[in-house]
Amino acid sequence: MNDRNRNIGEYVSAPDDDMIVCRCEEITKGDIRRAVHDGMFTLTEIRRYLRTGMGLCQGQTCTKLVKSIVARELGVKPNELEPATGRAPMRPIEMRILAQDKEETK
Amino acid sequence: MNAEVIIVGGGIIGCSAAYNLAKNGVSVIVLEGSNHIGNGGSTRNGGGIRQSGRDPRELPLIMYAIKNIWENLSDMLDTDVEYHQQGNLRLGSTERHKKILDGLTERAIKCGLDVKMIDGYEARQINPYLSEKVTCASWCPTDGHANPLTTTMGYYKMARRLGAHFISDEKVIEIRKIKGVARQVITESGNIYEGDKIILAAGYESRFIASTVGIDVPMQPVLLETIVTEAVAPMFWQMLGTADADFYGHQTNHGSFVFGANSGYEPYAKPGAPLSSSVATSAACRGIMHYFPSLSDIKVVRSWAGWMDSCADHVPVISTVDEVPGMILACGFSGHGFGIAPSVGLLLSQMATEQETVLDLSAFRYNRF
Repeated sequence: MNDRNRNIGEYVSAPDDDMIVCRCEEITKGDIRRAVHDGMFTLTEIRRYLRTGMGLCQGQTCTKLVKSIVARELGVKPNELEPATGRAPMRPIEMRILAQDKEETK
Repeated sequence: MNAEVIIVGGGIIGCSAAYNLAKNGVSVIVLEGSNHIGNGGSTRNGGGIRQSGRDPRELPLIMYAIKNIWENLSDMLDTDVEYHQQGNLRLGSTERHKKILDGLTERAIKCGLDVKMIDGYEARQINPYLSEKVTCASWCPTDGHANPLTTTMGYYKMARRLGAHFISDEKVIEIRKIKGVARQVITESGNIYEGDKIILAAGYESRFIASTVGIDVPMQPVLLETIVTEAVAPMFWQMLGTADADFYGHQTNHGSFVFGANSGYEPYAKPGAPLSSSVATSAACRGIMHYFPSLSDIKVVRSWAGWMDSCADHVPVISTVDEVPGMILACGFSGHGFGIAPSVGLLLSQMATEQETVLDLSAFRYNRF
């Protein structure tokens, strides 16, 4: 069970809070830290609330960073946090290409 | 642990009810079975805030939410819910489509909704990106869309700030009566929560939980698939649908397009964790390109899926239960619970505190089947 009222301390602003962590969606370290203090305790919830890792690179650059920031804020080890689910098609693909799944390639 | 109200289910319905209760000083515990808040249809839908195309029984719920709540929701929740009220176009390209749309429109007008049929030319005046294949459409100017993810998390955030106590990873397996009244909620981990009222808003899982007090709601899990594209410059803000319901969606503030996809195989999806199928994205892309050829080169970035709790008559159960005083059912939203969630949460808070509800809920009784 994951009690969302457990005490994780107050949010204290940090000098590097304006550092961009998710470059695709331009989410800063401070955005992520504040989201944790607003109850977003899982990487999936952070993603739903802020869009981290939902851009063109699909979190390939920021996933580890986001995880370590959330873990530190919650006072847990990064590997205790469940990773967010990867999603098809993994790399961005044009609609006109995806639409051709029924046709033989020539 | 005790509270005045125990809510089973941390989706948008449970979070919205918790917000409305906590705002009025009622103590609330919300129990979410999965690891994440909003893990069902709440964060896995197309974001429509539609009146047109809706079952007449649900119309009062959505009209109330649009008139009274959606406009102010971002401020209320201190979260940008990205609400746009710029109309809904439901598109058709054949005579059969026109018949479907005519029927939907006629029924909605009878309920007092401002919706009308327009031809292809008028539709292209509203949305110049539509292809020449569009020959008819229904147009409802007061419909719109919002971001289901930020809306759900916003309700959660604000309910929590107002004092609602959320616990996830806490799967409810039983409701227990004491002296004929539902009072206790038992979880898989063996914890017991006690409250004066229990709101059951756990999607399809509600069926199993309600059965522990002898109540059944006829519903089935049906897969729902969604895709999102890369961000592009703003093109249009209307909510879109089609007569065949092969896709629906809109462009977001972010610039991406979010589309719900239907391949037709959804009722036969593999049970277990909801998985995107290999056919639905492709089928949706064909449907989208048929009506919007200019989107052909836009890239799809992600696809995801979820379960909706499809009720036998496709409208929800929002009801007290004669045989189980103390329990309030809120399930079977059948894939269109998002737009009405703000009013449903308000109504549930009124039911749980035994106030008169602002809307008549007799159409949503549990014993109508």
